[in-house]
Amino acid sequence: MPEISKLTVGDIVATKNYSVTRDSLVRYAGASGDFNPIHYRDDVAASVGLPGVLAHGMLTMGISIEPVVSWLGDAGKVVEYGVRFTKPVVVPGSGSAELTVTATVAVIDQESSKVRIDLQTSFEETTVLGKAQVWVQL
Amino acid sequence: MVNPNIEGKRYPRSAPYLVGREKLREFARATFASEESINLEAAKKAGHKDLVAPVTFPIVLQEFGLKLVIQDPEAELDFSRVVHGEQKFVYARPIVAGDVLSSELSVASVKSLGGNHMVVFDTEIFDEDKKLVCTAISTLVVRGADA
Repeated sequence: MPEISKLTVGDIVATKNYSVTRDSLVRYAGASGDFNPIHYRDDVAASVGLPGVLAHGMLTMGISIEPVVSWLGDAGKVVEYGVRFTKPVVVPGSGSAELTVTATVAVIDQESSKVRIDLQTSFEETTVLGKAQVWVQL
Repeated sequence: MVNPNIEGKRYPRSAPYLVGREKLREFARATFASEESINLEAAKKAGHKDLVAPVTFPIVLQEFGLKLVIQDPEAELDFSRVVHGEQKFVYARPIVAGDVLSSELSVASVKSLGGNHMVVFDTEIFDEDKKLVCTAISTLVVRGADA
C-alpha cells in the first residue's frame, strides 16, 4: 500500500492504456445490465444522431479508476469517486478505441490521511472526463 | 422532458440485493480490473471479509431506482432524451460479497438550463442493519424538445 508520507502533489502514480472494442461494450452491457442499443448497434446510434456506437459513460468511468485501484492494491481504500462526462468515446465496429488514463496526486490531507487523485482520461488526444477525482483513505 | 415537481420525491426502497462474489468478478473484468483485484486471498489479507466490489459497482443498484422513475407517470421522464452528465459514489464503507443491500432513490433537484433539464438523483444504499454503505449521486441531462 502507498505511504502518504512518500507522496507529493503532482506525482503521477499511474498511467495506463486500454483498448476498448465492441466486445468490451457487450461484456459491460451484460455485467451492468445497461442494454441501451446505442452501445452496440450502429443503426440505432445513427438514428439518434450519434457519430457512432458509443462506450457506456459508466464503462469509461470504471476503466479510469483501474490504475488507481491497482496502485492501491485494494478498492476498499477508495472513499469517493466522481466524474463529469464531457466527450463521447466512439468505438468502431472493428479495431478499438484507445484510452489513456493518467492518475496524479492533487491534494494530500495529512490530518485525515486522505489523498485526492485526479484522473485524466483521453481518447484521440481529447479529455473525455471532467473533474474526475478520487479520494482515497491511506 | 421531465416534470420539475418531482424534486424532493422519494421512491420506495428496492428489494434486498445479495452481492455475489462471481457477479463482482464479472463486473470487475468488464471494467478492465486486474486479476489481483478479484483475488479473494488478497482481499482477506487487506482485512476484508470477502471480495471488495469495484468502485463503480453501485451503479447496478442505482439502476433499480431509476427504473422506478422511468415507470412513474408523474415524472414524465423521456429516457430517449437523457444523457448522463455526472456520476459520483461516496462510500461509508466498502461493499463486499455477501452483503445484502437495498437502495432508495430520491430526486435531489430538478433545474432548468437553456431548454434542458438537469436532474440530480441521490441513491442511498443500506446494508441489512439499515446502515448507510454508499450514496450514488447521478446527474442526468434531459434534452428539451428543440435541443
